[in-house]
Amino acid sequence: MAADSCSWFPALAVGVSLLKCFFISAYRSTDFEVHRNWLAITHSLPVSRWYYENTSEWTLDYPPLFAWFELGLSQVARRFDANMLQVENLNYASPATVLFQRLSVIVTDVVFIYAARECCRCVREPKGSRDVLSRPSFVLAVLLLWNFGLLVVDHIHFQYNGFLFGFLLLSVAKHLQSQHLQGALLFAFLLNLKHIYLYVAPAYGVYLLRSYCFAQDNKDGSVRWSSFSPLRLLALGAIVTSVCALSFGPFIAMGQLPQVLSRLFPFKRGLCHAYWAPNIWALYNVLDKSLAVLGIRLKLLEEAELPRASMTGGLVQEFEHSVLPSVTPTVTLVCTLLSILPAVASIWLRPHGAQGFLRCLLLCALGCFMFGWHVHEKAILIAILPLSILAVESREDAGIFLILTTTGHYSLFPLLFTPAELPIKVALMLMFTIFSFTALRKLHSSQGSLLHPLEVIYLLGLVAVAIACEVVFPLSPWQQRLPFLPLLVTSVYCAVGVCYAFLRLYASLLLRREEKPKQL
Amino acid sequence: MQTWSLVSICVLLAIIARWGVSLNSYSGAGKPPMFGDYEAQRHWQEVTYNLPIQEWYFNTTNNDLNYWGLDYPPLTAYHSWICAYIAKTINPEWVELHKSRGYENTQHKLFMRTTVLVADLLIYIPAVVLYCLYLTDGSSKKKVSIMFCFLLYPGLILIDYGHFQYNGVSLGFALWGILALGLGWDVLGSMAFSLALNYKQMELYHALPFFCYLLGKCIKTGLMGRGLFLLVRIGVTVLATFALCWLPFLAEPSQAMQVVRRIFPVARGLFEDKVANTWCSLNTLIKIKSILSGDSQLYLSLACTLLAVLPSCIRLLTKPTFWHFKLALVNSSLAFFLFSFQVHEKSILLAALPACLLLNDLPLMALWFLQASTFSMLPLFLKDGLLVPYIVTSLGFLFFSIYLLSALDHCSEDKLRLGAYNKLFYWLPKMDLAFIVRWKFYISIAAMVGLSIATAVLIPPPHLPDLFPVLVSTTAFLHFLGTFIHFNVVQFSEPPSRKSQKKSN
Repeated sequence: MAADSCSWFPALAVGVSLLKCFFISAYRSTDFEVHRNWLAITHSLPVSRWYYENTSEWTLDYPPLFAWFELGLSQVARRFDANMLQVENLNYASPATVLFQRLSVIVTDVVFIYAARECCRCVREPKGSRDVLSRPSFVLAVLLLWNFGLLVVDHIHFQYNGFLFGFLLLSVAKHLQSQHLQGALLFAFLLNLKHIYLYVAPAYGVYLLRSYCFAQDNKDGSVRWSSFSPLRLLALGAIVTSVCALSFGPFIAMGQLPQVLSRLFPFKRGLCHAYWAPNIWALYNVLDKSLAVLGIRLKLLEEAELPRASMTGGLVQEFEHSVLPSVTPTVTLVCTLLSILPAVASIWLRPHGAQGFLRCLLLCALGCFMFGWHVHEKAILIAILPLSILAVESREDAGIFLILTTTGHYSLFPLLFTPAELPIKVALMLMFTIFSFTALRKLHSSQGSLLHPLEVIYLLGLVAVAIACEVVFPLSPWQQRLPFLPLLVTSVYCAVGVCYAFLRLYASLLLRREEKPKQL
Repeated sequence: MQTWSLVSICVLLAIIARWGVSLNSYSGAGKPPMFGDYEAQRHWQEVTYNLPIQEWYFNTTNNDLNYWGLDYPPLTAYHSWICAYIAKTINPEWVELHKSRGYENTQHKLFMRTTVLVADLLIYIPAVVLYCLYLTDGSSKKKVSIMFCFLLYPGLILIDYGHFQYNGVSLGFALWGILALGLGWDVLGSMAFSLALNYKQMELYHALPFFCYLLGKCIKTGLMGRGLFLLVRIGVTVLATFALCWLPFLAEPSQAMQVVRRIFPVARGLFEDKVANTWCSLNTLIKIKSILSGDSQLYLSLACTLLAVLPSCIRLLTKPTFWHFKLALVNSSLAFFLFSFQVHEKSILLAALPACLLLNDLPLMALWFLQASTFSMLPLFLKDGLLVPYIVTSLGFLFFSIYLLSALDHCSEDKLRLGAYNKLFYWLPKMDLAFIVRWKFYISIAAMVGLSIATAVLIPPPHLPDLFPVLVSTTAFLHFLGTFIHFNVVQFSEPPSRKSQKKSN
């Protein structure tokens, strides 16, 4: 290993980029066609048609800035294979198209690599020359760059999350470096690239207002109203509105805003995605289902009266609960807001600097994941990646990180269901998990063990679930009768872990608030 | 971090790289009527499963030897037979006699790829891990770095998981043999190597160093006392292993003779295709094939091979240390590759395995040769549609071997073992050899990159259709010849490191 203190970062980045190239000819989901279609739409149609085009069922449903990004990509795509840029060429996937699309993800990940570099700079390095492998910045770099979820979702399943998370992490790093305006600018860009990051917008809004617009705190950490700086608020407002104007401006000018928004927020979809994300609603559905079964057994319910059980399989998007009240989008919205309210209130009352902001951001992301409407399992990455930064700094967070990443990552397994990709997903997951466990334990070795024995048992249970779902089940006779069972078991088992991590993270935020004054 | 976690991360990465390559195409995919090595392996499963063992190597109505007839020793046949049993339980169509010819689909490909991975996990990968942990010196991080480079050597991955072969098995057995010899378990080592020989006859490339090392060791311990006892034990083990492997064919002499005839096809000519060895490269200047008769070609190549192997083997015989053994393995396999009869481009893997063993002692030279060996198979990879994995694995190997082994930082004359050259060329003004070597390395890498791009992108002029393959094989030949000479010189210069001396005892 080279002694030079900086040379390991490029090595990690080059290594992971080459690793990504191995997956060029691997399985790809329909998202590949989604993005090809968007390339075609943005390249061959006038701007005014972008959000109306519906030749393909995969209509453009990301904010305009992402469409502009696709337009930029399509300029390069032309040189690879111009046929992919025709809207009528549905499901077109020539070798050149595949190569181009895969490479575009790998190359745009440069943003993510740069962001990871910036995050590593923000980590406190302990004094004294320690082994490279157990330096916090090295561990953080691996946890970010080699993240299992990102590799699987972006480079096999196919999406551009690395590029987008690059903006998020860069913006977080800028806040950690107290460059708030840059951070706000980057986040404004991010929101206009993909609106799922609205999940964490409350944390940004409150934090910027509280810690940037109010220049000073009182001695006890509460807000000093007199220090409000209108100039700063104006600057923030100008940044956000100008970015939004850049992105949405042309569509507002053409009077297409309602159409664009209807594409961005399709509430016609169901409470849960085809495969249930491991959140509260997964537990709620299972509770409902088991109550129904129990009711029928105990003759309290008539089977004929129940709505047709529609939680089977992944095809049905909407279904009614049979015993418990059905959940409407409004209910989820209220639940989500209630779940993030304490976190947001806490950073308003006592900000705890950028660390507190990061914690609040995580809770917002997890809160939305837990209670949101039609959440995708991939959204767990919004919590996992920023949590890596906290995990290398404190033992408590490292424990939460291990539980959340292991369960969250395992819940991504059903994304890759083809047998050819089984060895890759298992090996990648094992590699990341072994690294995160051993590296974090080494990093916090002086402060005792990271996990409670019960937590260890729960995580070991995942191995049993994995073997049962991936190996035993496909060979068993239930495969025909209950094909949805592995998905159900996976999402429920993971939901328990994610909920637990959410609660522990909340506890760490709220308990910290009480501890701090004692120390002062 | 503990060593075990680093080792497991390394192994997992190796598995991912292997499986990543295996998602690509294989040799002869969708190319009837002959297909390629993939179909050959599948056909052997079909033949061994359906026919009685006496018919395996004979041309019969059910076994057309002109269609990928079995031409490897019995262990390969047994391996095919085991795979065929598994194939049969999954899908009987895969090994149906006659009807399954040219059978291809994604499920079958998945099955075939899995058999390669399983064989690798059982034989090759554990051998590499144990070798790096027990027979290389340095910190545990250094050992893991060596292991990482060793496991990610692109040539073997691309041939086994891309092109489709089971080289990991024979090379793995040979490595188990080397490992056992290094740990002092000579009898077990000779048994493992006998298994390697019985899997692929090409392992003969390594046979002489094994023989000379063991014989030299027996002589050193005293041929009249314990040495003789050791020699007898080794001899009996080898004979017993061979007898066991050949048992079904020993009933009739004609059977055994037919197997031998199939294994050594002397009728196939001095060389085929474009191989980076002496004969093929010489062919661009002199058309040897048309000048000499078949027999004299055979004798010429035999004589040249023996002459080339001799020096390093005699040196090993007189100094049977592990360091000399490793060098003799490279020298002998390279001599065979450069001069022997009927060499395939894939046979360079046999020289690459012992070169991997030298990654710790001579990092720059070893990785340079390994890179050249991968490059020499470029035309084959292009034919199989493996350009992207070739680029990825080669770049990865080059970058990480230079970075992890600090190959370019520690290249003083001493580290590169260049002292002997100063003695050889004492009449020349003294030059900074390390500097020259480093520049040669840069130029050679640039040449390989340039030729790779040219071969992949440019269309050759119509009157020279083979221009790029010939250029590739000639360039690779020059590299191999240079490596061969260099490692011979190193073997004849005194071993400067105490470490290798210490280990041999």
